Amino acid sequence: MFKLLKNLKKRDVLLFLVVVAGICFQVWLDLKLPDYMSEITRLVQTEGNEFSAIIYNGAMMMACAFGSLAGAFLVGYLTANISASFSKNVRKTLFSKVENLGMAEIKKFSVASLITRTTNDITQVQMFLAMGMQMLIKAPITAVWAVTKILNKSWEWSTATAVTVVILLSIVVAIMVIVIPRFKIIQKLTDRLNDVTRENLTGIRVVRAFNAERYEEKKFKKANDDLTDTQIFVQRMLSILSPTIFFFMHSITVVIYVIGTYLISDADQMGKLTIFSNMVVFSSYAMQVIMSFLMLAFTFMMVPRAQVSAVRINEVLDTDLSIKEGKQDIKQTAETGTVEFKNVSFKYPDAEEYILENISFKAEKGQTIAFIGSTGSGKSTLINLIPRFYDATEGEVLVDDVNVKDYTFESLYNKLGYIPQKAVMFSGTVSSNVGFGDNGKGKISPEKIVNAIKVAQGEAFVKKLDKTYFAHIAQGGTNVSGGQKQRLAIARAIARDPEIYIFDDSFSALDYKTDATLRKALKAHTKNATSLIVAQRIGTIMNADQILVLDQGKCVGQGTHFELLKTCPVYRQIAESQLAPEELQKGGK
Amino acid sequence: MPGPIRGEVEKAKNFKVAITRMIKELKPFYIPSFFATLFASIGSIIAIITPNKLSELTDEITNGLTGQMNFDAVWSIVIVVAILFVTSLVFEIIEAFLMTDVSNNFARLLRTQISEKINRLPLKFFDNHQTGDTLSRVTNDVDSVAQSLNESLSTLVSAITLLVGVIIMMFVTNGVMAITSIISGLIGFFFVFIVLKRSQKYFTMRQRELGNLNSHIEEIYSGLNVVRAYNGKKESDQEFDKLNKKVYDANRKSQFLSGLMPPMMGFIGNLGYVAVCVVGAIMVMNHAITFGSIIAFIIYVRMFTSPLSQIAQALNYLQLSAAASERVFEFLDTKEMPDQKDATMHLDKDKVKGKIEFKNVKFGYKKDQLIIKDFSASIKPGQKIAIVGPTGAGKTTMVNLLMKFYDIKSGSISIDDVPINKLTRENVHELFTMVLQDTWLFSGTIKENIVYNRTHISDARVKEVCDTIGLTHFIKTLPHGFNSEISENESVSAGQRQLLTIARGMVEDAPFLILDEATSNVDTRTEELVQKAMDKLMQGRTSFIIAHRLSTIKNADLILVMKDGNIVESGKHKELIEKNGFYAELYNSQFQNA
Repeated sequence: MFKLLKNLKKRDVLLFLVVVAGICFQVWLDLKLPDYMSEITRLVQTEGNEFSAIIYNGAMMMACAFGSLAGAFLVGYLTANISASFSKNVRKTLFSKVENLGMAEIKKFSVASLITRTTNDITQVQMFLAMGMQMLIKAPITAVWAVTKILNKSWEWSTATAVTVVILLSIVVAIMVIVIPRFKIIQKLTDRLNDVTRENLTGIRVVRAFNAERYEEKKFKKANDDLTDTQIFVQRMLSILSPTIFFFMHSITVVIYVIGTYLISDADQMGKLTIFSNMVVFSSYAMQVIMSFLMLAFTFMMVPRAQVSAVRINEVLDTDLSIKEGKQDIKQTAETGTVEFKNVSFKYPDAEEYILENISFKAEKGQTIAFIGSTGSGKSTLINLIPRFYDATEGEVLVDDVNVKDYTFESLYNKLGYIPQKAVMFSGTVSSNVGFGDNGKGKISPEKIVNAIKVAQGEAFVKKLDKTYFAHIAQGGTNVSGGQKQRLAIARAIARDPEIYIFDDSFSALDYKTDATLRKALKAHTKNATSLIVAQRIGTIMNADQILVLDQGKCVGQGTHFELLKTCPVYRQIAESQLAPEELQKGGK
Repeated sequence: MPGPIRGEVEKAKNFKVAITRMIKELKPFYIPSFFATLFASIGSIIAIITPNKLSELTDEITNGLTGQMNFDAVWSIVIVVAILFVTSLVFEIIEAFLMTDVSNNFARLLRTQISEKINRLPLKFFDNHQTGDTLSRVTNDVDSVAQSLNESLSTLVSAITLLVGVIIMMFVTNGVMAITSIISGLIGFFFVFIVLKRSQKYFTMRQRELGNLNSHIEEIYSGLNVVRAYNGKKESDQEFDKLNKKVYDANRKSQFLSGLMPPMMGFIGNLGYVAVCVVGAIMVMNHAITFGSIIAFIIYVRMFTSPLSQIAQALNYLQLSAAASERVFEFLDTKEMPDQKDATMHLDKDKVKGKIEFKNVKFGYKKDQLIIKDFSASIKPGQKIAIVGPTGAGKTTMVNLLMKFYDIKSGSISIDDVPINKLTRENVHELFTMVLQDTWLFSGTIKENIVYNRTHISDARVKEVCDTIGLTHFIKTLPHGFNSEISENESVSAGQRQLLTIARGMVEDAPFLILDEATSNVDTRTEELVQKAMDKLMQGRTSFIIAHRLSTIKNADLILVMKDGNIVESGKHKELIEKNGFYAELYNSQFQNA
C-alpha cells in the first residue's frame, strides 16, 4: 500500500499535511465542545447566574460546532481531491504500463484481470483513501486526546469506560473474524451461481436436447442454497453489531451516572456540584472515546481489502517490460517489403519447450508466404514475432533488412498491416474503425476508407447499414456478424496501405466464396505488397509463392503447393483431409 | 452509522404497481415480516421511554446534590432502565434475524423461479435477449431487491414509530421545548436534504463516467494487439485522458459531498443541543421544568433527526427495490412455451425405425417473414442427409424445427409417420443425439460432462466411447484422468472440447443424429479423427449433418442446398456437381485462383 502511495504528487502530499492539520483542529474543537457543555450544565444547575453567561457559552459552543463543521468541509474537500487525483494518476500510469506490456505478460495476467486491476482495484484503493485516511488519522487523535481529558477526573469512571471499550472491541473483532473470511466465500458462491446460470443459458439447446432441465435446476438449487445459507449466516452475524454497540453506548451513560451517585454522596457539599458537572461531561467524552475506538476498528477492517487491491496494482506496475522499444526512427531502408527470419527460435521465458525452432525464410517484395499446420503448431506465434508481440528467443527477425528490435514501434508499425485471428472492433462508426490508428502518412482519407471496404468485400453490407459508412459499431462489434467484422478488420489494414500484410488466420470466418473473391480483389489492389498468411484451409493458401508447413514448432516442409504435395507428408495429409486428389490439382503453383 | 449513499437511484417505471406486486409475492413471508415489524416498533417504543427514565435518574441525582442521596430510588430506576435496554437489544436482534431470513429467502425464491423459468421459455426468447441481461437479473437485480427490502421495510416501520413516538413524548414532557427541538432538527435536516440531493446527482454522474472509462479500458485491453500494430496508442491515450479527467471531476465532487453527511449530522446534533440547553436553561431558571427534562430533550432531539434521515434513506432503498423487482417480474412474466395438451402419442426410442417426412413445411422466426418457404422431403431410415449453404441460409433452422425447439407455421414433420406435434418435446429430444458447433462444456469433471444428466451410464461405457473417438490418450494425460475438472482457461483445446461433446452424444444410443457444424472448431487433421468418430456414430442411424467444409459431406445420401431460406437444390454430390448450379459454385470456390 505504502509503495503505491508514492504515486501521490508533491502537491497532494502538501495537501495531505494540511488535512492532518485540519483534522487536529477539528478534534480540538470537538473536544472543546463538552467543556462549554459542562459550563452550561453548571450554570443551569446553580441558582442566580446571569442569563447572559448561558448565552455566551451557548454561542461559544455553537462557534466550536461550526468551526468543526468548517474543518470537516475543508478536510473533506481536500481528501476528496487527493484521493480522486491519486486514482487518476495511478490509473493513467497503469494504463500506459499495460499498453506497453508484451503479449507474454498480458497472457500471464489475462486481459480480464488487467481490466479489473485498472478499474475495480483502483476504485477500491481510492475508496480507502477517501474514507479510511480521514478516519485513520482522526480516530487515534480523538481517542488519545479524549482519554487525556478524562483520565484525571475519576478512576472509577475511566475503568468503566475502558472495560466497555474492551468488551465492545472484542465483540466487533470476534464478529469480523467470523464474517470476513466468509465474504470471500460468498464471492465464490455468487460466481458459482453465475456460472451455473450462464451455463444453462449458453447451452440452452443442449440442455433441451438432453431433456436435462431438471438436472440443471438441481445444480442451480444447490448453488442457490449454498449462497443463500451463507448469506443469511453472515448477515445475521452483522446484524448483531449495531444493536450491541448502541446497547453498550447507552449503558455506559447509566453506569457513569450510577457511579456518580456514589461519588457525589461521598463528597463534601462543595465537591458535589463539581462532580455532577464532571459526570455530565465525562459521559459525553466517554462516548467520543468509544466511538473513536470503534471507528479505528472498522477502518482496520477496510485495510485488508484495499491492501489486496494495492498488491494487485503493484504486481502490474512492477512487471519488467520484456519488449523494449528500439531507438532508430528508420525511414529509409535498403530493401522494401521484405521479411526475413534467420534461424529463429522462440520459447516463453520460464518454459522449457520451444514453441518455434530454427525457422528461416525470406519473403521478397510482392510475394505471398503462407503458413499451415495443426492447432498448436506455432504458426500464430511465428507471425506474431514480426509486430513484436513477442520477441524471438534466438535468431533474428528482419523487416526490410533491419532487425525489428531496432525500429521504434511507430516506424515498424507504419510498414505493417496486421489482421488478428479474432477481429477487433471498437465502439464508434464503420469509418472510425476502418480508419483507426496512424500510419505516419497523415489522417486516412474517407475515399481510402470507402475503397478499402470495397476491396475487403464489405461494400454491399455496409451500404445496407443504417447511415452506411457512419453506422454505429457497438463495443466489441456485437451488432455485426463475425464475417462482417472480419471484413472490416481486413479493410482496416488495407486502408493503411502497408508494405507488408500479416493475416493471422483472418479468413476463417468467411465462407469459401467470399474468401476467394476477397483474396482476388486484394491481390489486384496490393500488387507490390508482401503478404504473410496463416490459414487452416488449403484453398486459401495453395496459390502462395512459398508455403511453410509447421508441426510442433518445427518447419517440416517449405515450398510451393505442388512441391509440398510430393515431398511433405504432413502437407499431403492436411490437403487430402480437405480436398479430393483430383481437386488438389485444380489450383496452386 | 449512516452508510455513504451509493450509486444512482434508479426509478421504477411504475412504483405503485411494482410495490403492490412485491407485497403479493412476499405472501409466504407475511408471518415473520409481521413479527419483525412488530418487534421493530416495540424497540422504538422502548427507545422513546428510556430518556424519560434517564431524566428521572438525573432528577434523583440532582436532589441528592442538596440533601441525602436516595439510593433505593436510584437503583429501582437503574433496574428498570437495564431491563428496557436488554429487552430492546433482544427485540432488535430478533427483528434483524427475522428480516435477514425474510429478505434472503425471498431472494432464494426469486432465483429459483428465474432458474425454472429459463427452462420453460421458448428458444425464441433467447434469440432476442442477451445472456448477460438474464444473468444480471438472477444476481444483481435479485440482490438489490433483497438488500433494499432488508434495509427498508423494518427501518421504515421503526423510524416512523420512533418519529411519531418522539414527537408525542416531547409534547407530553414540555410543549415549548418540543417546538424548539423540532425546529432545530428540521433546520438541520433541510441542509442535509440539499446535500443529499446534490451528492446523488454527482454519484449518478460518477457512475456514468466510470462506466464510460471502464468500457474504454476494456476495449483497448482486449484489442491491444491492434491498438499497437496500428499505432493507435496516441488516439486511445487522448480518449483515456479525456475520460479519466471526467471521472476525476465526478469523483472528487461526489466524494466530497457524501463525506459531508456525518459531520453535518454531528452539527445538527450540536445545534439541537445548544438550542435545547439555552431554552431549557431559561425555563429551569423560571422553574418551568426540571434539569432532568433537559437531559431527556438532549436525547429526544437526537432521536428526532435520525429517523428523518432514516426514512429518507429507506424510501430511496424502496425505490431501488421497486426498480429491480420490476426487471425480475418482467422476466418471470414472459410468455412461456405452449403446454403440450395435443401430445397424445409416444414413440419408444428403442423401436423407432428412423423415417422422417417433411410435408410442405413453412416457418419464420418473425410473423411476416418466412424463412422456410415450403419444404418437403422424405428421408428413409439410416440415410445420411447433409444441409449446406452460405451463412444465414437457414440451415440451423431446419434443426430447430426437427428438435421442436420452434413450432412450424404450417405443414407437418413426422417421425415414423407420427406428426411431431403429437409428441411431447421431451419425447422428441429423446430420439435425437445432437452435437453442436459451440462446444458447450460446463465446470465439472470430464466424466460429469460426458455422462451429464443420465444416471444409468456406467464408467465402462464412458471409457468405451472415449476409446472409440480417440479421447482416452488425452484424458490420461490429465492429472486426475476422468475426474479432472474442466474450467474456463484450461488446456483443453477446441478440438478436444469438440470430442468431449461428441462423446456426450455417443454414450447413449438414439435413433437419430444431428451434427450442426460439429467440426468447424477443429483443424483439419483433428477433424479427420473426429470424422472417423462421427462415422461410427452415424452407422445405422438417420443423420443430419450441417457443415461448412464441403469435404465432410460428399458421401451423403442426400444433400440439401439452402439459400435465403429455400432449398434451392437437392441430390447427391455428383449429381449436383454435374448440374453446375449453386452447389457447384459453392464447391468450386474453394479452389479459385487468387
